[in-house]
Amino acid sequence: MQNFQQLAGKTLFDKIWEAHVVEEITDGPSVLYIDQHLIHEVTSPQAFAGLEQRGLGVFRTQRTMATPDHNVPTINQHLPIQDKLSAFQVQKLTDNCEKFGVQLFGLNHPYQGIVHVVGPQLGITQPGMTIVCGDSHTSTHGAFGSIAFGIGTSEVEMVLATQCLMQMKPKRMRITVEGTLGKGVGAKDIILYIIAQITAAGGTGYFVEFAGSAFRNLTMEGRMTVCNMSIEMGARGGLIAPDQTTFDYIKGREYAPKGADWDQAVEKWSKLYSDADAVFEKELHFDAADIEPMITYGTNPGMGIKITQRVPKLDEIEASGRVTFEKSLDYMGLEPGEQLLGKSVDYVFIGSCTNGRIEDLRQVASFVKGKQKADNITAWIVPGSKQVEKQAQEEGLVEILEAAGFQLRQPGCSACLGMNEDKIPKGKYAVSTSNRNFEGRQGPGARTMLASPLTAAAVAVTGKIVDPREFN
Amino acid sequence: MARDKFTTVHSSAVPVHIENVDTDQIIPARFLKATTRDGFGENLFRDWRYDNNDQPIADFILNNPKYKGTILVSGKNFGSGSSREHAAWAIYDYGFKVVVSSFFADIFKNNALNNGLLPVQVSEEFLAKMFSAIENDANTQFEVNLVAQTLTIVATGETFNFEINTYKKECMINGFDDIDYLLNLKGKIEAFEGARA
Repeated sequence: MQNFQQLAGKTLFDKIWEAHVVEEITDGPSVLYIDQHLIHEVTSPQAFAGLEQRGLGVFRTQRTMATPDHNVPTINQHLPIQDKLSAFQVQKLTDNCEKFGVQLFGLNHPYQGIVHVVGPQLGITQPGMTIVCGDSHTSTHGAFGSIAFGIGTSEVEMVLATQCLMQMKPKRMRITVEGTLGKGVGAKDIILYIIAQITAAGGTGYFVEFAGSAFRNLTMEGRMTVCNMSIEMGARGGLIAPDQTTFDYIKGREYAPKGADWDQAVEKWSKLYSDADAVFEKELHFDAADIEPMITYGTNPGMGIKITQRVPKLDEIEASGRVTFEKSLDYMGLEPGEQLLGKSVDYVFIGSCTNGRIEDLRQVASFVKGKQKADNITAWIVPGSKQVEKQAQEEGLVEILEAAGFQLRQPGCSACLGMNEDKIPKGKYAVSTSNRNFEGRQGPGARTMLASPLTAAAVAVTGKIVDPREFN
Repeated sequence: MARDKFTTVHSSAVPVHIENVDTDQIIPARFLKATTRDGFGENLFRDWRYDNNDQPIADFILNNPKYKGTILVSGKNFGSGSSREHAAWAIYDYGFKVVVSSFFADIFKNNALNNGLLPVQVSEEFLAKMFSAIENDANTQFEVNLVAQTLTIVATGETFNFEINTYKKECMINGFDDIDYLLNLKGKIEAFEGARA
């Protein structure tokens, strides 16, 4: 077995990992070199303070980029931030970046936005890289065929100080989805479907490679949506082998290689795939034809169903999980076995690092064009970055969305985690394109149902949970 | 910077008998606006612990004076979701030294270890035993011995041998942190960069 393992080909993950190991510690972690470090205001102040206490600087400023996102207001960004603590935290990021020489796309900078939208958009995110950020949705960048994962603040400090991180090598899993997606089914539905199948802890301990035609046929933005939520199955991260779609997306972006460097880069990136005989510790296969528009009913992203299905009954839940299941339904104000279709909704949130990109806005705009949001719905649409916002204006999406009664806000994480004022009130139902339906995630007592931008748009128009395939 | 050294803990335990406790429950996002590491214990499990008027919710375990101790015991998939290290800070700041579960989320586990909070992963079976022992007697004593890698229900002597990698174990026992290790490696890191260029 040992020999076979050695002779077998390598996974994409192994190829990238091995190229970044500075040192291996026996029965311990590997010292991993980090190509790109992304910073935001919430998980970095204590790390910078740590550097100061130790009398250290940022080791490789050119591999570090910062932007405020979690805590920024989404209205009147040109005015001073009202919330004193938020204002202080955002100012602290500005001060730290200045002091330590880190590139900052601050509030009102044309590149500001959610860090996981900004990195790819500027061409900072590239295949074969190791990318970390003090944010679990760093897994987004895996869409480019990079090893990207979230870290804690102590680890942020390590990377600032040494450009390295100590990590145990995760196990490898491959999730293959073959086939053609049905009408009204998108990237978000694929990932919600997978998580519902394997649970919110089904990927813990693993790094996941997504393979198969269902992913191949996605745009880069769709692939980002998938990799973004790999953390929601507990996986350390997810990645997709780069291909022509990847190269076409990166080409010409500000930080992308240019000229001869570009050709060399593409040659190098083209070798980034799992060998045919590579061995994964776990392999899962799904059929794209089985996937339908998805929605969550509970309080973790694994509690999802096809939108036409009913909430599970108690006896369909594993005995050990019943207490948690009942607590979850109680929080959501739902009954076991309940049909979600037709249920009245109060809020629709379109945005976040999962679904706050231009294609998401285009899809929503194209759906609501000439329609009106329902009276009972408050609809917020929050672009993932200033660049997305600008593009939406230039393409005329803003007029369409506003005419349909959507409130278009300024870039930030917004109601995905409700750190700023954008909170869903207690007891209200929100159909959200974000990534987490945890208790209180969108505000204390808020009841979140995760879905695709298309489903969210259909809900906004009808005022209740509806199958987006009912529309043409 | 040195952290507190960890060898053994002998204590009763506080059971949070819920699965999939995510870091948003451990410390909600609205409390992440601080720029220091202090004081997060105050808001540990905030929305399970206090109602909208900031009054303690009587039936949440942390508000029940019967349950005390420096060991937190919880259901599987503890610490899932957000990477916020504030979750580990909040648990430690509240006074816990050990978290026991049958399954930890990866990022939380790293964050805990980086802060001198020991995550002890036990089997589902042993976890069930611990919950029922605490249910029978809130003062049930447990001993966590990091050197021997054991968690023992003192009264019955039932013991679980838990895993931890040698490197992290040494760090916890000696109060070392990873940055000290990495700083000593700077020459090697620069050589690595040079070889790649």
